Amino acid sequence: MQKPAVATAPGTNALGARDMLRPRVSRMRKLRRLARTKPLGVIGLVLVLVVGLASIFAGVMTQFGPTELAAVPLQKPSGTHWFGTDDFGRDVFARVLYGGRISLRVGFFAVVVGLTAGTLLGLISAYRGGWLDLILQRFVDALMAFPTLVLALAIVAALGSSQRNVVIAIAVAIAPNISRVVRSSVFAIREEQYVEAARSIGVSDWRIMARHILPNIVGPLIVVGTAYFGSAIVTEAALSFVGLGVPPPNPSWGNMMSGSARTYITVAWWMAFFPGLALSLLVFGVNLIGDTLRDVLDPRMRQR
Amino acid sequence: MTIVSTYILRRLALMVPVLVLVSALVFVLIRAIPGDAVSLMLEESADPAEAALLRQKLGLDESIPVQFMYWSRDALQGDLGTSLWTRNSVTSEVLRALPVTAELALLSMIVAALIAIPAGIISAIKQDTIVDYAVRSISILGLSIPAFWLGTLMIMLPALWFKWLPPTDYVPIYENPIENLKQFILPALALGYFLSAITMRMMRSQMLEVMRQDYIRTARAKGLRERAVIMRHTVRNALVPVITVLGGQMGGLLGGVVIIEQIFLLPGLGRLTLWSIQVRDYPQIQANILTIVILTLVVNLVTDVSYGWLDPRIRF
Repeated sequence: MQKPAVATAPGTNALGARDMLRPRVSRMRKLRRLARTKPLGVIGLVLVLVVGLASIFAGVMTQFGPTELAAVPLQKPSGTHWFGTDDFGRDVFARVLYGGRISLRVGFFAVVVGLTAGTLLGLISAYRGGWLDLILQRFVDALMAFPTLVLALAIVAALGSSQRNVVIAIAVAIAPNISRVVRSSVFAIREEQYVEAARSIGVSDWRIMARHILPNIVGPLIVVGTAYFGSAIVTEAALSFVGLGVPPPNPSWGNMMSGSARTYITVAWWMAFFPGLALSLLVFGVNLIGDTLRDVLDPRMRQR
Repeated sequence: MTIVSTYILRRLALMVPVLVLVSALVFVLIRAIPGDAVSLMLEESADPAEAALLRQKLGLDESIPVQFMYWSRDALQGDLGTSLWTRNSVTSEVLRALPVTAELALLSMIVAALIAIPAGIISAIKQDTIVDYAVRSISILGLSIPAFWLGTLMIMLPALWFKWLPPTDYVPIYENPIENLKQFILPALALGYFLSAITMRMMRSQMLEVMRQDYIRTARAKGLRERAVIMRHTVRNALVPVITVLGGQMGGLLGGVVIIEQIFLLPGLGRLTLWSIQVRDYPQIQANILTIVILTLVVNLVTDVSYGWLDPRIRF
């Protein structure tokens, strides 16, 4: 890249003049300003970090294993067993933390796969247009006619329940929705002059999609990606809850709330309470972040 | 023919390929479910000859495309098949479960509207105050708390505090409306709260949008009381898109219904579907999912049409 010809004084850069008008802000100040202008987003970030880090470092956070028969069954929450023990005498706190790993992992991969597939589908459908678009969109219509959970349910039932299949099921269930968002964004961008210019000098279609269109839809993609991350985690929990998700004895927030937790609901409330609390806090945090991101990244959807 | 009815006809025509694709998709999917009904039925007497005979009787020995052709032919004549387990027609099973699901969905929508609309109005009037933040947080919280956990809490807490459990034997509404509502109110609250979140957000942003319009300024300028400005001029105009948002959430609602029926032991489509998946009752799963999809499509269509009916400025 060409070096800017402007001499840069210390504390400024190539665009120094404009930067000098803006007071330099320390990092602490920036954080404080963020906390003031977007308090809900910061709360969300904190929630996600707390639940996320506790899950990732589950091994450090607790001495008990997720399937270890650690103590007397059905003990109340106490100093040693913060969230009590379940009907097998397993430590509920440990299971919640390890279950969080599964929720986060499944949610993350489901969104990554779903976003990738949906983006490709939407890009190709909108950019090519015509017959291809018409046919692809009928398939998208068909997939979107299913309630997300019902489609995921049918897919997991067909493939068998395992972590990988739950990821596939959720990804397939959200990809059509994402492809619609992408498609409508691409339709708008396709007619822009810079795309026409690129085409007129003979740039290939794939390159136009990758270099000129994709960067312009990153904003909406991040917004829907975050929203679907939250719903993917809930969907995974729902699938596990009805016994079609992550198979026991591996803990997942969904399967911890079903089965014996329901049998002992009046005896050992902690068994169903804490996994649900962790799930709700995490998803709440994700949604708060999503809301804030939408404000920042997608001015058209900005709430006044 | 009027514009609206051509619009409806066109939408109905578009539903046909969708339904065909959905049926084929479900058909292939559920036949991929490992294990089949026959081996589950004959668990004790694993006689291969007997199993083959039963398979033949149930039409399970044909290839999947052939099975689908037979199924489509019958479906077009209104026969969706016979349950492999109960030997009843699957349609009669669906019709028995449908009222439960429909009642739950309708009650949830009412609850959602009753929460979302007032909350959205208050949040918009008090924009950027502590009240606004509180209402918005509570609403995002509703979006985050899975209905099946909220439902669990609704069973757990009264049981712990008052030793009270919700009734579990389903009573139809025409037999005993009071008992019936006692059963439905908790699940409807759990689902309605979840549903209210997006609707409330929409109500709020619509209110803010309308409040900036010139006719609101005019209304204020001519000295109308604030209450009248809000209720008569703002809310009315803000409501139209909100109703469509509520209708558009039918898909999410039905997904939630599937799970919540399981918690509150309501014999609706959701429980029927989960049970059918467990016992590999293919025709029943097929019919259930198809019913859920048709329900979603019809509600979406009704929502879109009502949009034009509620707001005469909209042309199709």
